[in-house]
Amino acid sequence: MYTETTHDTHDTHDDHDHHGPAKGLLRWVTTTNHKDIGTLYLWLAFTMLLYGGSMAMIIRLELFQPGLQWVEPHFFNQMTTMHGLVMVFGAIMPAFVGLANWLVPMMIGAPDMALPRLNNWSFWILPFAFTMLASTTLMEGGAPAFGWTFYAPLSTTFAPDTTDFFIFAVHLMGISSVMGAINIIATILNMRAPGMTLMKMPLFVWTWLITAYLLIAVMPVLAGAVTMMLTDRHFGTSFFDAAGGGDPVMFQHIFWFFGHPEVYIMILPAFGIISAIIPTFARKPLFGYSSMVYATASIAILSFMVWAHHMFTTGMPVAGELYFMYATILISVPTGVKVFNWVTTMWKGSMTFETPMLWALGFIVMFTIGGFSGLMLGVAPVDTQYHDTYFVVAHFHYVLVTGALYSIIAAFYYWVPKWTGHMYDEKLGKIHFWWSTIAVNVLFFPQHFVGLAGMPRRIPDYSLQFAEFNMISSIGGFAFGLAQVFFLYIVIKTIKGGEKATAQVWEGATGLEFEHLPSPPPYHSFTEAPPVK
Amino acid sequence: MIFNKLSRRFLVIVTGLASVLSVSAAHAEYELNMTESVTPIGQQLYSLHMLVLWVCVVIGVVVFGAMAWSIIYHRKSKGAVAANFHESTTVEIIWTVVPLVILIGIAIPATGTLLDLEDAKTDVDITLQVTGIQWKWKYTYIDEDVSFISSLAQSSRDVISDPTGNENYLLEVDEPVVLPINKKIRFLFHSDDVIHAWWVPELAVKQDSVPGFINDSWATIEEPGTYRGQCAELCGKDHGFMPIVVRAVTESEYEQWLVSKKAEAAAAAASAEQEWSMKDLVARGETVYQANCSACHGPTGAGIPGAFPAMTGSAIVNGDAAGHIDVVVNGKAGTAMASFKGQLNDVDIAAVITYERNSLGNSVGDMVQPSAIKNAR
Repeated sequence: MYTETTHDTHDTHDDHDHHGPAKGLLRWVTTTNHKDIGTLYLWLAFTMLLYGGSMAMIIRLELFQPGLQWVEPHFFNQMTTMHGLVMVFGAIMPAFVGLANWLVPMMIGAPDMALPRLNNWSFWILPFAFTMLASTTLMEGGAPAFGWTFYAPLSTTFAPDTTDFFIFAVHLMGISSVMGAINIIATILNMRAPGMTLMKMPLFVWTWLITAYLLIAVMPVLAGAVTMMLTDRHFGTSFFDAAGGGDPVMFQHIFWFFGHPEVYIMILPAFGIISAIIPTFARKPLFGYSSMVYATASIAILSFMVWAHHMFTTGMPVAGELYFMYATILISVPTGVKVFNWVTTMWKGSMTFETPMLWALGFIVMFTIGGFSGLMLGVAPVDTQYHDTYFVVAHFHYVLVTGALYSIIAAFYYWVPKWTGHMYDEKLGKIHFWWSTIAVNVLFFPQHFVGLAGMPRRIPDYSLQFAEFNMISSIGGFAFGLAQVFFLYIVIKTIKGGEKATAQVWEGATGLEFEHLPSPPPYHSFTEAPPVK
Repeated sequence: MIFNKLSRRFLVIVTGLASVLSVSAAHAEYELNMTESVTPIGQQLYSLHMLVLWVCVVIGVVVFGAMAWSIIYHRKSKGAVAANFHESTTVEIIWTVVPLVILIGIAIPATGTLLDLEDAKTDVDITLQVTGIQWKWKYTYIDEDVSFISSLAQSSRDVISDPTGNENYLLEVDEPVVLPINKKIRFLFHSDDVIHAWWVPELAVKQDSVPGFINDSWATIEEPGTYRGQCAELCGKDHGFMPIVVRAVTESEYEQWLVSKKAEAAAAAASAEQEWSMKDLVARGETVYQANCSACHGPTGAGIPGAFPAMTGSAIVNGDAAGHIDVVVNGKAGTAMASFKGQLNDVDIAAVITYERNSLGNSVGDMVQPSAIKNAR
């Protein structure tokens, strides 16, 4: 195990000073360094989290009580749409790419990403894409108001002119994602240190490798969908218009052929993070490493074969419904394998509960709740009653907020001492966890009830029977929103200073980044390949 | 301390879930669980829902229980020393096969229920065509020559800023759809514009209405009563304001209702033959405008800039009457402007055009008679 004195750290640092970051703001524009780009991605994600979150606050404010008090229905629809788009494409996905940039080279023993200039470009497309998307809010006609799933013909014939900005923004995000994915695959396949065989790679690297393939496979499908929208809108085609021989339901097939793997794009890296954190704080190796790899691959393959479970009420033939039901509920098998593995890893361990572990445990419990509601939704006949209600809203927020977002926050607390060399404030981290976890359950758990009782999603106003639970949910929402502003304070405080972190950071931490690099690591992670056990 | 909190949290979740379930089993009308249905197929769905829910609860108790046990007993502060076991093919096979068996146990009843749910074509007594239109529903009784549009009741529109005390707020319509009990009713769904979804939880019917395609579903209502629902698929600005009300009545009441609807239609046809006065047209036109046009073009005719054009000062409204009639009757292809010839009768179209031309800040001064609309069709 590598332990380093402060003196050594300085030496290492001095040795590479001429490779250090450029000075001034231009550093961030021209950088090709994986750590700088990782930082940029993470800050973009945080900015978008707060932007998308503020729209969620407007939604919860309007839904605080029945009647229309704060916003018009058209604006409300813009809020739900933009909230979804910003959170999916702006917060969760860039955050995972940021983590991959920071961690993949360090975990596989590489100096940097394989394609550094591409890396710079794939980041810098994004601020322009989101500026373009967000600018529609200020235009005549307003921002997209047809839901983040932008079903035709509401998004084609019936949408305002500003929809074209949305289309090109999605194109740009897709280009960025595909370039990022190519870079990650090239890095993982070509730049592993000698001895780092595929089956020795940390699970975070494995899950990202598989995620990157999913991205390359489905982002072009999304680009195809929005391009068909564009030609339907302006160039006289009728892909999604029955009057011209097209089919609006075909849009949904294309969208969900992208959309379902997209769901796993946002959760597979989370599995990797949790698989790193649980063994560290249980001080016990992951129970079934290879079965975790196979489960991830199974989930990825199955994710391409289940898309129409989002469409059980569109009038599919009964044979299609049966197939998609069977395939969908089958996904719970490899997902279950993962949860069982984490629980068995904890079993007879020697556990401590530092902040990253709390977030990881929160992830397992609440992601599993989201998984249960997912199983329920997969059962086609009853899905006809759950579909498009708040039950679905509760389901995917349990998976994406207490799943994906929780894993990202866990990753921050777990690796930030490595990145900055400073320990975060443990007390504040724990407050952040408990505050968020209570709030998020007050926010989303009652949404199961109103959904089952009959409240459709995406409505700005509701009948009186749903009033109590909506008010409770809104209170939870405001508290959860505030907790993330508190998180911003913790992040800044940690970057600015804090107790010095050791190289290993955590007593039970393993992996190249903890065993062979000081905290913080040098600007270029490994100039010489580290020995791999 | 942290761990105490954590385990307490798990206890809260588990006991909370358990109490939720027991409460909902005892009082189904309490709004925690799925709405119980008044159709046999809906009751089947409800049992399937409860089956899957209980399976999830049991698995949850096992998984979270094991997790809580480790958190309580296998922690460093209690002096636990980490074991080092990992990798066991036997264990992996067990926890792959057992869930698979459970899934098969769910899939078998689910398949039966799905086949019943999709059986909309056999032994049909009554066929009701349901058309989704932004933002109202049109009902056509196939074989009966009865057809009408049902939209959000004015009593809900009036209290939108403060609906306190209005029991059926947003779940009441100007004209409910009436159906007889104990008859197999086949619904045919389609749409005039975007995708909508017709959903009445108590009938366990939710089906998309898609422009250009026809979907079907069915229900046999066993108890008379009033059943309320809403559009379930985002369909634009007023998606939250297109409710459904089904009044289930005995067969004789249903027959009487059909007779009265036919008489109403005959009276409306007769009034279209008359010459109308300006005052009557404008008065009726205002009602028609507020119910059918104001959602997009605004209650005062201001529209929504960039999305829906204004009525006030509009070139079409202030231009030639024939052009104005053409847009209202036939709609405008490639835009959100619908064709109203299938939605409104001659009198209503004549009235609303006259109203638009002489109100909402416009003063063209002419009027359009129902006969002109009849000719334009």
